[in-house]
Amino acid sequence: MESSSKLAGHWSASATQASDSGKRAGLTLALPAWLGWALKRIASSLLGIIVISMLVFAATQVLPSDPARTILGPEATEDAVQVFREKLGLDQPLIKQYWQWISRAAQGDWGHSIDSNMPVTQLIAGRVNNSLALVASVLVLIVPGSLIAGVFLALRRDGWLDRTLVASMIALKAIPSFAIAIGLVMLLATSVFSIFPAVSLLDPNRSAFAQPQFMILPALTLVVATMPYLVRLVRGAMIEVLDAEFITSARLRGLSKRVLIWQYAIPNAVIPAIQAIALTTSVLLGGVLVVEVVFTYPGIGSALNAAVDIRDIPVIQAIVVFLAASVMTVNLIADLATVLLTPRLRTRPGKEAA
Amino acid sequence: MSLLKPRFLTSQAGLGLVISLSILALALLGPWLAPHSPVALVGPRYGAPDASALLGYDYLGHDVWSRLLAGGFSLVWMAAAASLIALAVGTLIGMTAGFFRGRFDQATLWWADVFLAFPNLILVLLVVAMLGREPWLIVLIVAVAFLPGVIRLSRSVTLGIAQLEYIEASTMMGYSLPRILLREILPNIATPLLIHLGTMMSWAVGILAGLSFLGYGVEPPAADWGLMVNENRAGLQIQPYAVLAPAVLVALFALGTNLLAEGLGRANAGIKEKA
Repeated sequence: MESSSKLAGHWSASATQASDSGKRAGLTLALPAWLGWALKRIASSLLGIIVISMLVFAATQVLPSDPARTILGPEATEDAVQVFREKLGLDQPLIKQYWQWISRAAQGDWGHSIDSNMPVTQLIAGRVNNSLALVASVLVLIVPGSLIAGVFLALRRDGWLDRTLVASMIALKAIPSFAIAIGLVMLLATSVFSIFPAVSLLDPNRSAFAQPQFMILPALTLVVATMPYLVRLVRGAMIEVLDAEFITSARLRGLSKRVLIWQYAIPNAVIPAIQAIALTTSVLLGGVLVVEVVFTYPGIGSALNAAVDIRDIPVIQAIVVFLAASVMTVNLIADLATVLLTPRLRTRPGKEAA
Repeated sequence: MSLLKPRFLTSQAGLGLVISLSILALALLGPWLAPHSPVALVGPRYGAPDASALLGYDYLGHDVWSRLLAGGFSLVWMAAAASLIALAVGTLIGMTAGFFRGRFDQATLWWADVFLAFPNLILVLLVVAMLGREPWLIVLIVAVAFLPGVIRLSRSVTLGIAQLEYIEASTMMGYSLPRILLREILPNIATPLLIHLGTMMSWAVGILAGLSFLGYGVEPPAADWGLMVNENRAGLQIQPYAVLAPAVLVALFALGTNLLAEGLGRANAGIKEKA
C-alpha cells in the first residue's frame, strides 16, 4: 500500500523473462532451477548494453557539426579537412564506423578527446574513481540508515514521530537536487555556518577518500535527495510484512516480539529494498551530474557537463555508455539477488511475476 | 486512528493542490504583472532590494522580482506538456502490451528496460547537446525519458484487468481494439495513471529546472527560474535573494505536484483497503 505506483511498475517485470528454461534446467538434477533463468537474464543485459552503445553512437552521429572541421578549426582548407575526415574514418558507412568504435572501446580505447587530445580513458579514469567514491559513500550512509529508520518507523506506525517524519520526507523527496545543494551551501558553507568548503578542490593525485572534507557537501546533498525514498519504501515493506497472515499466526503461536521482528519480518522486508537500492543507485549515477557541477567536484558528471559544452564527442560517448552500462549492471545484480533470496522465486523463477 | 487517517490524507492532497495552483497562477499571470521588463537593466549589479525592486537586482542589474514573475511560464508549460505526452503515448503502448501479452509484451518491456538505463537528465542532456535546445525538442525528449515508467505501470495494471470476464465478453462480442482499450480498460486504470502524472510533473520540474541550471535549457537573456539560479550563483553571498527566490519557487512547484500525487495515491489506497 505504501510502495509508490512507480515501483509497482518497476518490480513486476524484472523477473519475467524465461520461465520455461528454468523448468527445463530443473529436470536435470545437478543444475539449480534458477540457473537457466539467470543465464538468460545475463545475456539479456549484455544485449541491452550493446544496444545502449548503438543508441549512444547513433545519437552522437546525427549532429550537424563536423568533428574534422572542429578539430582543424575554421582556417583549414577544405582539402585538408577532407583528408583528415578520411583519417578519422568519417567517410565510412555508419555501421563500419560503429564497429571500429566499439571494437576499440572493448579493448579500452575510447579515442582521443577533441578538446585536449588526451586518450579518453586516461582523461576520465580519475574522474570515474572520484564519482564512484562519492556514490559509494552515499550508499554506505543511506542503505543501513534507511533500513534502520524504515523498520523503526514501521514499528511506530502512525505515531507522532512517524507522521512528522513521513510528511517531511515527502517534502524533501520532491525538491530538485540543485535546490538542496544551494540550500546546504547557504546553510553550511557560506551565510549561516561556514564549516565546509563550498567548492570541492580535490587534489587529483590523491584518493577522494583521503580528502573527505571535499566530499561532505556533495555527499550530503545526495543523501538528502535519495534517502527519503528508501526510508519510506523500507517502512512500507515492513508494514506490509507485519500485516501479513504468517506474522499473525506466528504471534498466535506465542513467539516473542523480538523473534517475530528479527527472524520473520525484517528478512522479508529487506527483499523489496534490494530493487529500491538498485533504483536509488541509478538515480545517484544520474544525480552526480548536477551535484558535481554545483560543487565543481571533479567527477564524470562535471566532466560530461564540460564535454557537452564543447561537444567533445568521444568523451560524451564514453561517459554516457559507462553510466548506462553501470545502471544495467546494477539492475542485473538486483534481479539476481532478488531471485536468489526469495525461495519461491528461486525454485520457479519467472513464475511469480505477472 | 481510522478516523484520523483519511482527513490527514485529504489535507495532504489539498495542500498540494493549493501550492501547485498558486505557483501555476504566479507563472501564468506573472508575465502580465511584472513591473519591469525581465531583460531591462534597471539597477546596479547584485544591487540590494529597494523600493522599485522588492528582491533586489541580479548579476547584470535586472529586477529579480520581474524576472521571477516572467520566469515560471517556460517551466510550467514544458513540465506539463512533457508529462502529458508521456502519459498519453506510454499508456497506449503499455495497455496494448498488457492486453496482448506474448512477444510484443516481452519486446516492449525489454526496450523499456534499455531506456530506463539512461538516467533521465543524462538522456536529455545527450540529445540537447547533439540537436540543440529548442523547447519542443526538450519537451519531447523528457517525455521519451518518462515513457518506460508509464509503459511499465500501465502494462502492469492492464494485466490485472485484461483477465476479467467483462473484457473477455467484450472481445467475444467483437468490439474493436480501440474501443476495448479506451472505453473498457482505460477508465478502470485511470486512477494510478493520474497519480503517476502528478509524480511525473514533479520529476519534470526537477529535470527541466536542472537542465536550465546547467545552462542547457531556456536561452539567456530570457527569464527562467532554473537559469536564474545558475546566473546569480556567484553572487550568493552578496545578493542571496536572486538565487534563493527562484530556487524556492522551483522547489515549491515540485513539492506541490508531488504532494498532490501522494495525497491522491494514499486516499486511493485507503479506499481500496476499506472495500
